Amino acid sequence: MSLSNIVIQFLNGLAGASSLFLVAAGLSIIFGVSRIVNFAHGSLYMLGIYIAYSLIEFFGRSSILGFWGGVLLAALIVGLIGVVIEMVILRRIYRAPELFQLLATFALVLVIKDVALYIWGAEDLLGPRAPGLRGAVQVFGRRLPEYDLLLIVIGPVVLGLLWLLMSRTRWGTLVRAATQDREMVGALGVNQTFLFTSVFFLGAFLAGLGGALQVPREPAQLMLDLTVISDAFVVVVVGGMGSIGGAFLAALLIAQAKAFCIGIGDVVVFGTTLSFTKFTLVVEFVIMAIVLVVRPWGLLGKPQAAQRGSTMVEPPLHPLGKTFWSVVLGLVILLAVAPLGGDDYLLVLLVDIAIFTLFAGTLHFLMGPAGMVSFGHAAYFGLGCYGAALVFLKLKLPMELAIFAGPLAAGLGALIFGWFCVRLSGVYLAMLTLAFAQIAWSVVFQWDEFTGGSNGLIGLWPSDWLKDRTVLYFVILAFCVGGMAFIWRVVHAPFGYVLRAGRDSPLRADAIGIDVRRFQWFGFAIAGALAGLSGALFAFSKGSISPETLAVSRSVDGLVMVLLGGVQTLTGPVAGAAVFTWLQDEIARNTEYWRAILGITILVIVLAFPQGIAGFVKQMMTRKGLLKEVAA
Amino acid sequence: MTTAAMLKITGLNTYYGRAHILSDLSLEARRGEVVVLLGRNGAGKSTTMKSVIGLVAAARGTIEFEGERIDNLAPYRIARLGLGYVPEERRIFTELSVMENLEVGRQSPRDGAPTWTPDRLFELFPNLGRMKDRPGGRMSGGEQQMLTIARTLMGNPRLILLDEPSEGLAPVIVEQMAKTILQLKAEGLTVLLSEQNLHFSQMVADRAYIIEKGRIRYQGTMAELSADAAVREQYLSV
Repeated sequence: MSLSNIVIQFLNGLAGASSLFLVAAGLSIIFGVSRIVNFAHGSLYMLGIYIAYSLIEFFGRSSILGFWGGVLLAALIVGLIGVVIEMVILRRIYRAPELFQLLATFALVLVIKDVALYIWGAEDLLGPRAPGLRGAVQVFGRRLPEYDLLLIVIGPVVLGLLWLLMSRTRWGTLVRAATQDREMVGALGVNQTFLFTSVFFLGAFLAGLGGALQVPREPAQLMLDLTVISDAFVVVVVGGMGSIGGAFLAALLIAQAKAFCIGIGDVVVFGTTLSFTKFTLVVEFVIMAIVLVVRPWGLLGKPQAAQRGSTMVEPPLHPLGKTFWSVVLGLVILLAVAPLGGDDYLLVLLVDIAIFTLFAGTLHFLMGPAGMVSFGHAAYFGLGCYGAALVFLKLKLPMELAIFAGPLAAGLGALIFGWFCVRLSGVYLAMLTLAFAQIAWSVVFQWDEFTGGSNGLIGLWPSDWLKDRTVLYFVILAFCVGGMAFIWRVVHAPFGYVLRAGRDSPLRADAIGIDVRRFQWFGFAIAGALAGLSGALFAFSKGSISPETLAVSRSVDGLVMVLLGGVQTLTGPVAGAAVFTWLQDEIARNTEYWRAILGITILVIVLAFPQGIAGFVKQMMTRKGLLKEVAA
Repeated sequence: MTTAAMLKITGLNTYYGRAHILSDLSLEARRGEVVVLLGRNGAGKSTTMKSVIGLVAAARGTIEFEGERIDNLAPYRIARLGLGYVPEERRIFTELSVMENLEVGRQSPRDGAPTWTPDRLFELFPNLGRMKDRPGGRMSGGEQQMLTIARTLMGNPRLILLDEPSEGLAPVIVEQMAKTILQLKAEGLTVLLSEQNLHFSQMVADRAYIIEKGRIRYQGTMAELSADAAVREQYLSV
């Protein structure tokens, strides 16, 4: 690479860093004070770009005032949307377990995506270039857009303003104090409600501004929400949670790495062509994985003090009573007679539910008893899909054997990824799982020759004896019930006790001689392998697979299922997967806007039953039991 | 001196989950008094303090401050009525400097309560004045204890809840703390203090309550308690 090339890529990187920094800073500030990991932050960015696009169209494409007015107004509107979200939804669940807050923000992602679809449609919308800045300057004989120069300046300017706000104003002092101990801030007479709302305004404003500033550079489209949120997560985690300076540094680092990957292009090494351009999709996640392993709290971060007043103690698991087993028996009988109805559609739906129950069950095992939240569980589902499919298609092994390649591939993947992941905990661990899932996804997505790339793989036909739907149904059902039974057994075995001990008190578990990390590592691998089994079953039940199977949205689906059902109960994932799959299927057949309806349903459930469906039923049953005791 | 209670707790019951922490607890503090709540570890002293400031919800019973019910108010509202809370664990904002910690506690001046500024507080706690820009996390335990009191005083309270102020402090600092409390009393502040340290309490308190397993077992003037060896033996000896 020539010097001029290096300089130009460096400047490109600086320009790209600005928006990334704005979004990440907003995310970081919100997390600091409210301890809410706002999954909808990417959606706010997306709204910023859409709203700015519309406003600029409205004010006139070539008016300078119209352009900048549109950008700023869009950011303000997004800020106000953040305020509404905080006041209407999040404020009610600050005391709920943090996973429920996550679920609520997932639901917001779904709702906002459909609102955007409704207002702006599915087409990409490319805004105008900024009036007055449409030219380019010559740098070492290369052209650099003037607008990029402006972006290069905006990043540090916003960093400076945020620094002044945080260190020189009473508001900033209160925000920093609340980041450490919000309960104490309240006990000193500060109205936290106002503080939280204003923090959400600032965070959403920054996300909106980050989006709006990108109008001339990238088209507004509906996929932005999840891609931006994973980028922002990476930046925040690399920089250190709650550190604005860290976010800036990390945004620079990642934008530079991406710019240079594009700049390098294809390189021939030992006769094989290495495409660095393709590497851009993974480079940030590789950086994140390295940073998290070397500096688990990020570049400028500090170990998180546990926020007071928000810790939830997981209740112990109780042996299940006769009522429970009779319900299970009834369910199994119902499932056994289902094919008699002759309704093919019902069988397809039940197969889906069974597969996703197993998938959600493994995620539940990881999040509940093992205490490790994963944002990237789809990786193991997808590895299972591809493991089974590739063995079937490339090695021509029969389906009966190929199915077992699924859990094997996923289990191996989980062993490798898990080794890194168990070194972290909490949000950092969740982010790292997301990073690994994204790496797996982009490998599958780009390796056209082997995985079929974005087209996926087709022709996964079950063996002859399974051609009959009913037989296939029973076989898949047997695998899923077996898988769930295995999980149940593991949770109630000494291995499960050890995992729960490690979750509830890692230090004490260590002190009595348990190698917590090792057990968590094996727990991670078991969850991964079984998720792989569900993936393998999925592949053969559908006949074709695509990289979708390990995309972020699949991980989010799994999280929603688990959280919907409730993390505290083992029955949770069953209820959650059934309701989710059925709702998704039922609504998707009737409306284009199934996401919004699903999202709103989830929000209603979160606000009404903060312990999940199964948790709610359980609570009602205990309450009844208690009443009986009193009466007796 | 009027004898009307400034803070009055009546029949307070508090639970953590199913555990009954406070049972029918009643006590009061009159204007200008230093009242001590004595008890062993786990007797319910901190829970009483937290119930008053609103950090722990009361299941039954009432808490009145200057005649107004406060048991259903959010902590910040209670604090804004002029009730200051100094937590046992100090809860200094470790990332913030001394001045910034004081800023977080600042409220407007209040009628009927002494008005505090950083400079006045530095007269009361000269050590703090010498480390205005030091982050709270890099101070000694005694300095943090001073800072946490100063921070609460910035809210210009009428009454201050001090949860075990002498805990973990060197004897010299404990003496100093006692002087400080008497100075605050002289300023006109009412103080409700929780303690395990009888000697310290004798230096500062006018009246005493003894709490055991969430119930008030004894109440009387500090002089009466000092004279009653049997009560001290029963409830306070380790």
